[in-house]
Amino acid sequence: MAVISYIQAVTQALREEMQRDEKVFVLGEDVGKRGGVFRATDGLYDEFGEDRVLDTPLAESAIAGVGIGAAMYGMRPVAEMQFADFIMPAVNQIISEAAKTRYRSNNDWSVPMTIRAPYGGGVHGALYHSQSVEAVFANQPGLKIVMPSTPYDVKGLLKASIRDNDPVLFFEHKRAYRLIKGEVPEEDYTLPLGKADVKREGSDITVITYGLCVHFALQAAEKLEEEGIDAHILDLRTVYPLDKEGIIEAASKTGKVLLVTEDNKEGGIISEVSAIISENCLFDLDAPVQRLAGPDVPAMPYAPTMEKYFMMNPDKVEKAMRDLAEF
Amino acid sequence: MAENRHKSLGLSDEEVLDMYRTMLLARKIDERMWLLNRAGKIPFVISCQGQEAAQVGASYALDREKDYALPYYRDMGVVLSFGMTAQDLMLSGFAKAEDPNSGGRQMPGHFGQKKNRIVTGSSPVTTQVPHAVGIALAGKMEKKDFVSLVTFGEGSSNQGDFHEGANFAGVHKLPVIFMVENNKYAISVPVSKQLACEKVSDRAIGYGMPGHTVDGNDPLAVYEAVKEAADRGRRGEGPTLIETVSYRLTPHSSDDDDRTYREREEVEEAKKKDSIVTFANYLREQGILTEEKETEMNQEIDKIVNDATDYAENAEYADAESALRYVYEE
Repeated sequence: MAVISYIQAVTQALREEMQRDEKVFVLGEDVGKRGGVFRATDGLYDEFGEDRVLDTPLAESAIAGVGIGAAMYGMRPVAEMQFADFIMPAVNQIISEAAKTRYRSNNDWSVPMTIRAPYGGGVHGALYHSQSVEAVFANQPGLKIVMPSTPYDVKGLLKASIRDNDPVLFFEHKRAYRLIKGEVPEEDYTLPLGKADVKREGSDITVITYGLCVHFALQAAEKLEEEGIDAHILDLRTVYPLDKEGIIEAASKTGKVLLVTEDNKEGGIISEVSAIISENCLFDLDAPVQRLAGPDVPAMPYAPTMEKYFMMNPDKVEKAMRDLAEF
Repeated sequence: MAENRHKSLGLSDEEVLDMYRTMLLARKIDERMWLLNRAGKIPFVISCQGQEAAQVGASYALDREKDYALPYYRDMGVVLSFGMTAQDLMLSGFAKAEDPNSGGRQMPGHFGQKKNRIVTGSSPVTTQVPHAVGIALAGKMEKKDFVSLVTFGEGSSNQGDFHEGANFAGVHKLPVIFMVENNKYAISVPVSKQLACEKVSDRAIGYGMPGHTVDGNDPLAVYEAVKEAADRGRRGEGPTLIETVSYRLTPHSSDDDDRTYREREEVEEAKKKDSIVTFANYLREQGILTEEKETEMNQEIDKIVNDATDYAENAEYADAESALRYVYEE
């Protein structure tokens, strides 16, 4: 199997889906001739032309709204928000329209659309190029939110998102783009939306997380193994709607649960995971559920001292895992 | 006899009579809904009254077998023209399970019916504008020759989605007809406090498209403008902005009291230009709407409205637990 980077997996998934289905097209700012500011759509413009790799005006609500219209007609648009932080002007289109179209029309209309956006910090992106925005959308039935951690998951989940008949927000960790590499099969495959994935089997503590933090947890687990602490790591992959069964199973397995995100602590995905565990796993728990997250400040500052303080890293995760194991 | 204006537009006597019939049907359904609301039978009404000419004139200028309509909440005339029935609308008014718009999930006026290419809408205004652009974009990609008609109020022409959508359509030369039904009020706020420009159509130039303002009480003027815009769109020349100027004859909705912000004299004055009256006069002058035909038409429409009301009132509500369905594909 070929080893490719996280962003190459994005590009491969897009290319193969566009080759497979003429209804699939890409739209967004700088996605065409430039191939995306991160180069996620690199080469697609030359291969598929400007009509299927559409450079749009700089207007996020139109990117989402035009995509929604095309999807309602029967196309499969893949819209790119240049940064997740810039999705805010499109929130009305995503929440009032895409999320509710099937429900409000009693199943008459649907929006088979994917919106991709790079999220996450640790790249000197400051307040408006570092945010995690999943919590904004994670109480909106009708939406699905996918946040993959590995190239293999990226490719399989992005293909599944494009083929899904409902709107999917696909958030890609921008620091993972070139940092994370992994084996990806040549042949066509998809992975199920709504299913978490065990990234490491273990018996002492359970870490539940998603995105880049999965790698921090895996690195920490390797170190802790030397200390005799055996960590079980569950990658949520789809953060909305959550894989309740997978969460309950993973939490019950060890009875000690650490939830990790680089988003702000309060009101986020892991808060909901915690609620699921508290509703279902009381008699299986051996320690209070722990949350490790960014501080509750508006977003990640620019200066390296403050950015490092905000940003999740393997050391922070390792310490939290050890503390929990020793509880 | 007054000048025959419809022949030169390519409209037959039968077609203009049919346009009038659709306008009258919209008016009478709307009036019945108010009665039902005041009688406590339906919770909410939002009206088309005063805008029927613009709605029907525009719709009849399109190919109602292939073009797309993205109406806003007042567009009963549009959806009737595109194939929705009085019974469908009454089912929506009573929020019954068979309502094709939403199965009783949405308030009345939130139209949608895929089989007739009436695209589902919401309550936050103007969100349908980019959708119309997206549908036109899809049509262009698929090499189809349909156009999309999107309608909205003059207040909505201040929303970002209007400007973003219009610009997108202009840049990509998409066959979209943006039709502003200027009824002079956004709930209580008059045009003078909505627009810094004289006419909504002045905004077209910013988006590289022609803009026209026409008399919204004249279905033939609207027909002509929309026909030209549709032809232009089908020729690949891009979008058009059309502003139809009329007047909202009712309060904003059944929950509004327009006496708190406008004079009765103003409303009475506007009623003199009501298209249901003026277009009927034109058709009488042309000898098309004879006394006999008018009586027959009124009786026919009254029966349609009565039957639709009875049917909808007696129809079943959706099961309570069906509220859980269709969040995602099943």
